[in-house]
Amino acid sequence: MHITVNGQRLEIEPGQTLQGLIESMNLDPGVVVVELNHDIVAGENFTSTSLAPGDQLELLSFVGGG
Amino acid sequence: MEHSDIFEIGGKRLTSRLFTGTGKYGNDSLIPEVCKSSGSEVITVALRRVDLDGGSNNVMRHIPGHMTLLPNTSGARTAGEAVRIARLARAMGCGDWIKIEVISDNRHLLPDGYETARATEILAKEGFVVLPYMNPDLYVARSLADAGAAAIMPLGAPIGTNRGLRTEEMIRILIEEMDLPIIVDAGIGTPSQACQAMEMGAAACLVNTAIATASDPVGMGRAFGRAVAAGREAWLSGTGPVSTLARASSPLTGFLDQPGVAS
Repeated sequence: MHITVNGQRLEIEPGQTLQGLIESMNLDPGVVVVELNHDIVAGENFTSTSLAPGDQLELLSFVGGG
Repeated sequence: MEHSDIFEIGGKRLTSRLFTGTGKYGNDSLIPEVCKSSGSEVITVALRRVDLDGGSNNVMRHIPGHMTLLPNTSGARTAGEAVRIARLARAMGCGDWIKIEVISDNRHLLPDGYETARATEILAKEGFVVLPYMNPDLYVARSLADAGAAAIMPLGAPIGTNRGLRTEEMIRILIEEMDLPIIVDAGIGTPSQACQAMEMGAAACLVNTAIATASDPVGMGRAFGRAVAAGREAWLSGTGPVSTLARASSPLTGFLDQPGVAS
C-alpha cells in the first residue's frame, strides 16, 4: 500500500506500524517527531500506531540552527 | 567582589548570559566544545524533515545534557506555521522553551512582528516558555509582553551579517521601557559588540554565526563568554560620566619645576 512520507510516495507493507517504519529507515525513534495526517503522534504510541493507505507522514528531527 | 546577579527565565536560573546556536558549524563535533569554552547554558536548534535517503544530521548527540534547548520555528512564514513547528518541537520531549521566528522575507530575514505576536499568544497559553525574535519596535515589544512572552529578542542586525548593533538606539529604548529581559539576538559579530549590548543593559546575547564561522570557534566561544560577563559586570558597576572636554585624571597642582616652588 502507498503512503506519503516527507512529501515522497512510499510503498509499504499493509499493517506496518509507525515504529516498524521508522526502524526500517535506520532512524532512532527517540530523536524523531511524527505528524500523521496533521496530528502529532506521541513517541509512546509509535508501536501501537498502524499505518493505512494514503496516510501522510511527516518525520522530523532537530538539526543545527540559530 | 562580584555583584550578585540572578538571571532567571521561564523558571530556570542561569549563570551564563550568553545563548549560543548550532547552525553553520563546519563540524558539529565543535558544538560541545563551544558549549564548554563559552559557558553558555542555552542553545538553539531547528526542526527539519528527516532525510529519507539515510544519513542522520541529527544535532542532538552533540549537545551536552545540561544545556537548555531552545528550538526555533525557522521556516515558519505565518503564526499558524510557527505554532505547528513549536508543538512538534515540544513533542520531542526536550522541554518547552521555544524561539518564535516568523520570517517571510528571504533577502533580509526580517521577522514579522504581527505574526510573531499572534504565535506568542497561542503558545504562551499552551504553557510554552516563549522567546520571540523581533525587529526592535516598542509597540511590537509591548504586544509580545501582553501576549505572555518570557523575554524579548530584538535583532542587532540581520541574521548572519555579523554587522553588530545597527539597531542600537532602538534596543536602548526597549531596555529602558520594557520590564521583560531583552536578549539581543542576530547580527552580533564580535565579542566587543556583545559586551556593548550588555553594557547597555541587555539581559543576554544570542550568538550563532559569529562563533560558528570563526576560524577557531572554540576560542571565539570563550571570548564571547568573557565579553558577555564583562559587559554585564560593567552595567552592574555603573559606567562613569561621558564629557566632550578632557578632564585630567591626575592633580593639576604640585607639578615639578612650577614657578614659586622652593628648591
